[in-house]
Amino acid sequence: MATTVIGARETRPARFWAATNGKKVVMAITGAILFLFVIGHMLGNLQVFEGPDKLNAYGRFLRIVPEILWTVRIVLLASVILHIWAAVQLAARKIQARPVGYAKHENVVSDYASRTMYWSGPILLAFVIFHLLHLTAGVIHPGGEFVEGDVYHNVVAGFQVWYVSAWYIFSMILLGFHIRHGAWSMFQSVGINHPRYTPILKKAAAVLAVVIVLGYISIPISVLLGLVK
Amino acid sequence: MRVRLKIWRQKSPNTRGQFVSYPVDNVNPDMSMLECLDVLNEQLTENGEEPVAFEHDCREGICGSCGFMINGIAHGPLPATTVCQLTMRHFKDGEELLLEPWRARAFPLIKDLIVDRRAFDRIIASGGYISVSTGSAPDGNTLPVPKEAADRAMDAAACIGCGACVAACPNASSSLFTGAKIAHLGTLPQGKPEKDRRAIRMVTQMNLEGFGGCTNIGECTGVCPKEIPLEVIAAMNRDYLRGNWHARDNVVTTIRPFTEWSYGSKLQIDEQSQS
Repeated sequence: MATTVIGARETRPARFWAATNGKKVVMAITGAILFLFVIGHMLGNLQVFEGPDKLNAYGRFLRIVPEILWTVRIVLLASVILHIWAAVQLAARKIQARPVGYAKHENVVSDYASRTMYWSGPILLAFVIFHLLHLTAGVIHPGGEFVEGDVYHNVVAGFQVWYVSAWYIFSMILLGFHIRHGAWSMFQSVGINHPRYTPILKKAAAVLAVVIVLGYISIPISVLLGLVK
Repeated sequence: MRVRLKIWRQKSPNTRGQFVSYPVDNVNPDMSMLECLDVLNEQLTENGEEPVAFEHDCREGICGSCGFMINGIAHGPLPATTVCQLTMRHFKDGEELLLEPWRARAFPLIKDLIVDRRAFDRIIASGGYISVSTGSAPDGNTLPVPKEAADRAMDAAACIGCGACVAACPNASSSLFTGAKIAHLGTLPQGKPEKDRRAIRMVTQMNLEGFGGCTNIGECTGVCPKEIPLEVIAAMNRDYLRGNWHARDNVVTTIRPFTEWSYGSKLQIDEQSQS
């Protein structure tokens, strides 16, 4: 075996990104940003139960300083792009790494959520695009007119259409699966694992996933049941 | 007892392989899986057929030579057991067992159930060692090692390099193997001075070999005959991050295969025996 020197001319970030481990660190950090957004967004959305005035006031509050709004949007967009970019490259590596598949392969210890990240991710992306077109840009408005600034009306009108609600609920359940794995996996990717604390992290991830799913789907379910109108 | 073995037969790296089914009638339940293959191979040899090629050495579960998939699980259904230690009484009488080699691009198939695992050797050669000056051995106990560190290093050092982690991983990643080596050496005071360089080199080598990336699924730990925990992968990630942060230059030394063997292009086992 001969030794060879590589990367003498490469910059360190480029080499870090080239390694699968580096990509996973990027996915962990961007995933953490998106995870915090998901929690904050849910807490904001739940104000729908406090009536139109409260929710619309919250909507206006977010837009008071456009610079802050756009900073947050740009950070989120950059996180989404890096997260997906790394995932696509890892998925490509996965396909290349096993050119001849198994005739039979059984899973022994892994959970469903971790094995389906490559499925829940792209479906969530499709959902986010639809969701932005529906409730932020107002390009798609199946349940009636989109009223700029009247967040409450747009939400209720949208969710009264059953398939919009069904798509939303389905996507949020997938988000739960994604968080079930991602919320503890991000610690593993940056090198934090301890026999005492990692089991707690895993349980916390499962609990948070359930709380987030219930928090989000309570809105379309309440609209469909006529509790919020 | 009787079993039916459905085994992947492939003459050489570049030929097409297929499953061939063999009945084995006189199986002693106390035989190991490999001894069952020995019995089958005696039958095949008597019939003038080519015996099934499989790798084996110590047959006591510590060398890491043996290993293949049995019914879709690396090293078979029994946890913490290599195929040489897996006795036939764990299977039902008359059961059909599907025997398949490890499948990964970094583990090119050589013949039947044997794959080329020298990618692991190159990962070790790239940094899986502790540099010591030669000379007389140091006095015992001059370097205190905390008991906990010794235990953790020993747990990681139990890795025998069989390749089951790669075989079971949906990504065909060798992170559990590489992580075990990095955790084993990095936990001990003797390994600390080279910690940063070791992590960068071994991770870079691992990524060059065409393994997939770890996505923290954890399937590897379920099949590992030495029950290496997922914690070692976190240790690898931690050391790699730390090493990148500390490094003062961008130079990484990796190991190039001496021949093109490992990529299968010049491997001529059957061609020579036929002529």
